[in-house]
Amino acid sequence: MLGKTANGLFWMYRYLERAENTSRLIETGQRIALTRLGASDDEWRSILQTAGVAAGYDAAHETLTKDAAIDWMLRDPANPSSVLSSIAAARQNARMVRTALTHEVWEATNSAYMRAQELLSRKVGERDLPGVLGTIRQRAALVRGATQGTMLRNDIYDFARIGTFLERADNTARILDVKYYVLLPSASSVGSAVDNVQWETILRAVSGRGGFRMEYGAGAGPREIAQFLILDRRMPRSLAFCMGKIRDNLEYLAGAYGERSPALGRVEDIEQTFLRRDIDAVFDFGLYEFIQKQLTLLAEIGRQIEVGYRFYE
Amino acid sequence: MGEESIFDEMWGRAGALREPYRSFNDWLGAEDPKRLRAKQREAEDLFRLTGITFNVYGRAEAEERLIPFDIIPRIVSGGEWLRLSRGIEQRVRAINAFLYDIYHGQEMIKAGRLPAEMISRNEAFLPHMIGVSPPGGIYTHIVGIDLVRTGPDEFYVLEDNARTPSGVSYMLENRETMLQMFPELFARNRVQPVQTYPADLLRSLAASAPQCAGSNPTVAVLTPGIYNSAYFEHAFLADQMGVELVEGHDLRVVDGRVAMRTTQGYKPIDVLYRRVDDDFLDPLNFNPESALGVPGIMDVYRAGGITIANAPGTGIADDKAIYSYMPEIVEFYTGERPLLGNVPTWRCSEPEALAHVLAHLDELVVKEVHGSGGYGMLIGPTSSKKELAAFRQKLMARPSNYIAQPTLSLSTVPVFSRAGLSPRHVDLRPFVLMGPDGIKITPGGLTRVALKKGSLVVNSSQGGGTKDTWVLED
Repeated sequence: MLGKTANGLFWMYRYLERAENTSRLIETGQRIALTRLGASDDEWRSILQTAGVAAGYDAAHETLTKDAAIDWMLRDPANPSSVLSSIAAARQNARMVRTALTHEVWEATNSAYMRAQELLSRKVGERDLPGVLGTIRQRAALVRGATQGTMLRNDIYDFARIGTFLERADNTARILDVKYYVLLPSASSVGSAVDNVQWETILRAVSGRGGFRMEYGAGAGPREIAQFLILDRRMPRSLAFCMGKIRDNLEYLAGAYGERSPALGRVEDIEQTFLRRDIDAVFDFGLYEFIQKQLTLLAEIGRQIEVGYRFYE
Repeated sequence: MGEESIFDEMWGRAGALREPYRSFNDWLGAEDPKRLRAKQREAEDLFRLTGITFNVYGRAEAEERLIPFDIIPRIVSGGEWLRLSRGIEQRVRAINAFLYDIYHGQEMIKAGRLPAEMISRNEAFLPHMIGVSPPGGIYTHIVGIDLVRTGPDEFYVLEDNARTPSGVSYMLENRETMLQMFPELFARNRVQPVQTYPADLLRSLAASAPQCAGSNPTVAVLTPGIYNSAYFEHAFLADQMGVELVEGHDLRVVDGRVAMRTTQGYKPIDVLYRRVDDDFLDPLNFNPESALGVPGIMDVYRAGGITIANAPGTGIADDKAIYSYMPEIVEFYTGERPLLGNVPTWRCSEPEALAHVLAHLDELVVKEVHGSGGYGMLIGPTSSKKELAAFRQKLMARPSNYIAQPTLSLSTVPVFSRAGLSPRHVDLRPFVLMGPDGIKITPGGLTRVALKKGSLVVNSSQGGGTKDTWVLED
């Protein structure tokens, strides 16, 4: 496979995952704003930060308003990580690697793009927002479904999956980065109304409310939420789960190519050092420091993969 | 040619249904026009979903457009096709022999059958190719011959495309779309298949591999990238052949071979089907500004380390001044009379011809000798006085840059319009594959249709559409 193709697949799936995650963040923000329990402008600031687009927003806007924040994250072409920009970038990468994709994956991607363009051609009103965000996520799911249902399990698939899970781990780590303080043990373990809203924000942002309730019970608090998002291997958006998937796919590549990449060694280290512990060890390390470390390591793995598999000249 | 009425391929000149269309017409008569209209829209959706689009030069890079597709097929009988394909094969053989000759002994010039300056002063002549023998002796691996029809048995070659002919993906996707939308039509009509083209192309390219290649040569398609107007086709062909689609920055010369950067290191390529012009192929040997090519590929090529398809320097065969000598070229290299006619052509470089052209500018079609895609040409009869005057200036300033031809009364084929069937002018580009083991012509080709009533311009860049082209088994 061409290095360029591996690069295109990696980014196609990263952007697809990003579109989905950003749409989930917008939905979360909207939901919290409606409950009127959180101080809503602050909430939008932290959501912009979580999506990694706050600096861009501030450069383009004088004030922070809900509508402007939503529009920036949803459809502003000046924001390279807006939902619309991400889907366009995913499709652009898909065009580049068209020969590596099945017909069904290409068509799902292309039609996701066409639909997103249609839905996001003008500002989305509050009433239409849930429907539009739902459609975006369904379209992304369709691409993922076509990918799982029709693509060969070869190196093409491995790079697609590595892109997906690196982006997802990064997203979960950023959610924790922005909200870590509400999960600290010093915060009340009983939880005020405001705490409860904050915890719910975190769980909504990873589509994890139902799963969390089922596994940890309705009364569970911040310690369990941290456990759930960081170490729980059953949770498909937890750091441990994503890292495990990245390792699996790097191992498949090592098998197919007869050569282990440095990134694989790094991922094994990270799992060993950070993700096979219990949550108390994480708190002992310092939750904030732990999250910063994870963000740095994810970026490092990304770079090792780019270099090791010759994405660029 | 000239004043007689226009030949319609379905209804002839006098309105009598022609034989190849009989079964189709029965089917059409039983169809509800509303359903057909819905099908026409369905076809557009299919094309858009598949991403069969082209980028328009000079517009925002994001803009991708559909080439309009018309659901009424163009139908040619097996007998008509057989005669046509003999002429095409003869012409392609002659072009390949001509290319070998002008880059080697130049026998045709020595024999006084072609003026030396036609070659020596020709911008499309590539001195780097002098004395170079491409693997298998093949210059023109892929050729598209543009034909127009003026009567039941009158076909003329409008131009030869030996450089990098495009459009074959439309031939294939048009058929695919028709098969999906109207399967019953293919049960009623025995239409010769076109779907073998990608496999034939791969076989033909692999057979042209250089000596140094193993028994299973590595083929790749070279594209200028996703912003190129024909990118869809490049990706489509690579995909259909199951080979890599590469860009210049994926390639470099490693140990005397052209190699592509894979996830596991550099891997040599044996045959490069390039969709990049000569000029951009090698910044070391040609345009130093080019970012599309591979530095040093020409040196590897000259040393026999790679096959480039089509060979560099073939563009001279597309030159419209060379075109005017094509009857002589066919005769000289095949020893036979040409089976396919040329459109009569005035070379404006010749003073007498120029005088004639200037006197009849409003009746003629004037083209740039190196032009393509319908850009930079004048269609006298449909141009305004102002346009004619402006073109006259350009023509007098650089006569040798132009040739002129009479306006042919091109045949028409009906298109499906709001008002029912309406005749529109068409041309035809059959695709020819040439390898050391022979020539293969896919039955059919790309029919381009001028969608505007009365218009003779079929180029997609100028608002033309396409049709599925059927060659029947007789």
